[in-house]
Amino acid sequence: MSFEDWYRQDRLPHIYCAGCGNGTVINCTLAAIDQMGWKKEEVVFVSGIGCSSRAPGYILTDSLHTTHGRALAFATGVKMANPDLKVVVFTGDGDLAAIGGNHFIHACRRNIDITVICMNNQIYGMTGGQGSPTTPKGCISSTTPYGCAETPFDLCELATAAGANYVSRWTSYHVKELEKAVRVGFETPGFSFIEALVQCPTAFGRRNKFRQVMDHVEYLRSHSLLRAKRDRMLENGEAIPEDMYVVGELTRRNRPALGVKQ
Amino acid sequence: MTRLEFWQGNTACAEGALAAGCTFFGGYPITPSTEVAEHMAAKLPKKGGVFIQMEDEIASMASIIGASWTGARAMTATSGPGFSLMMENIGFAAMTETPCVVVNVQRGGPSTGQPTMSAQGDMMQVRFGSHGDYAIIALCPASVQEMYELTVKAFNLADKYRVPVFLMADETIGHMREKILIPDKVERTERKPFEAGTPPFRATDPDMVPGFPQFGTGQHVHVTGLTHDERGYPCATNPKLHMALVKRLVEKIENARDEMADYNIINPDAEQVFVAYGAPVRTVQQVLHDKPGKDIGFLRIRTVWPFPEKALATFRNAKRFLVPEMNLGQMAREIERHVKVPVVSIPKLGGELHTPAELIAALEEMV
Repeated sequence: MSFEDWYRQDRLPHIYCAGCGNGTVINCTLAAIDQMGWKKEEVVFVSGIGCSSRAPGYILTDSLHTTHGRALAFATGVKMANPDLKVVVFTGDGDLAAIGGNHFIHACRRNIDITVICMNNQIYGMTGGQGSPTTPKGCISSTTPYGCAETPFDLCELATAAGANYVSRWTSYHVKELEKAVRVGFETPGFSFIEALVQCPTAFGRRNKFRQVMDHVEYLRSHSLLRAKRDRMLENGEAIPEDMYVVGELTRRNRPALGVKQ
Repeated sequence: MTRLEFWQGNTACAEGALAAGCTFFGGYPITPSTEVAEHMAAKLPKKGGVFIQMEDEIASMASIIGASWTGARAMTATSGPGFSLMMENIGFAAMTETPCVVVNVQRGGPSTGQPTMSAQGDMMQVRFGSHGDYAIIALCPASVQEMYELTVKAFNLADKYRVPVFLMADETIGHMREKILIPDKVERTERKPFEAGTPPFRATDPDMVPGFPQFGTGQHVHVTGLTHDERGYPCATNPKLHMALVKRLVEKIENARDEMADYNIINPDAEQVFVAYGAPVRTVQQVLHDKPGKDIGFLRIRTVWPFPEKALATFRNAKRFLVPEMNLGQMAREIERHVKVPVVSIPKLGGELHTPAELIAALEEMV
């Protein structure tokens, strides 16, 4: 069996724009699932609202496409009621960190045994490009036409501080690393959070001088700072440039988790 | 064999849920419903069930929907402010045909209002509170015994019709203590089984309720709040499909109105007829006790939504319907839609019950 067997062929074509990074993340997730040897009937995908949240609709498992921001609360109900199920949540920056922020920190605090994959495109793609809680300072969106004035969230630091057992960040450029991170997330009991920075050519790229899809992917690559390198820089007393994203495995620990199958 | 207890209404509700086989409770503390959650927190884990205190009522409602899709009988309990927060996911439950039970021990509103006082101000919100057209079932208990029995019934109706069912109690009934007879076992209606390989949202039976494709059983069902076709796939820009789906969601409940009607009729030949549900039932009962005879009719309703309109026609000689409610006449307006004679609303706000004297005064007031 290959990861392609996990797709619902009768749902194609999908809604994603040409050049969208979400497909890469879905592929990485399904490849990781395939490596785990999980059966389709034991996996449930849960999502909220937004481009990222449409992903479960293309996957041939039970799936729950819910209300905006609430995916983690629904997922908590699924997992607690039946710990035999492997619960995976697809979400986005707006869904998770804005309207769903409260559910996010509490799911981390409970350290509930689910894996959350956040496709962070730093904008509201589905509604046409409004600023989100992760839109970088100075970036243009339809609701920040003069440049975003607010400080963005660091979703990984948030997840770590709130209690998640596993936290990792990669980008749509780092396909192999992302796939491995998702797999480690699956293997780690408790709350696993994987942030994938993705390009959004339609809503983000065209407003922010990424004329080609690959311009944005190249930006994500060149602005990724490996965690190990970041740690060395900190040891040497070097300043970490503000426009760099720390990538790699950021947290891995074994705090008591909720909803783990006994 | 039955057992005699002296319980608070909220305890009876929780015990009714346990008797009905509820195995999942997701909730958030709020007066005057908290005792339901506290009782479930104490009892559910010992029975192998799950109690979880969520971060808010939005999450509580979400959690019971998630649990329900794994096959669990799932419940939450709240009051006005929490009920308002639940509206979003109540609409999701209606759209996705998710069986679940929501208890609302009503308190004075709007807003934070009167946390410790009784009211019936959410009777229209329960029917119409989430956006879009949909239908639900709402039951109103008027005694501790009914807190138990109607909670059991709520689970059965939820599973039978695949719809959120509401136990619309009030602070009076939730917090009062009285004797209650506990049966050895209760009736249980199961969800309609799902025929593997068929489209999960196809409803071919006359009751328009599709079989339930439980998560984890290999059905690969996609559940979405978007307008969906019979396969469960989003199809949100097809006008005909949206019309057909929403009409089915409403009609599967509205068409079963007579089947689920639950009321009592006293003195059907009377000219003056009280109609009541919930706590005001008790004041009307006192009036009937104080004024025996056949002159005062009484329709007491347990299934408030869908409204049992045919019951009103039983009172052929009725010249007036008098409707005491702990709101400004929410159900009185519904009753007006169904009768040709005057409907007199007897509203009472503030948290206290109507007194028998107030009802008698309304009775004696000439039209």
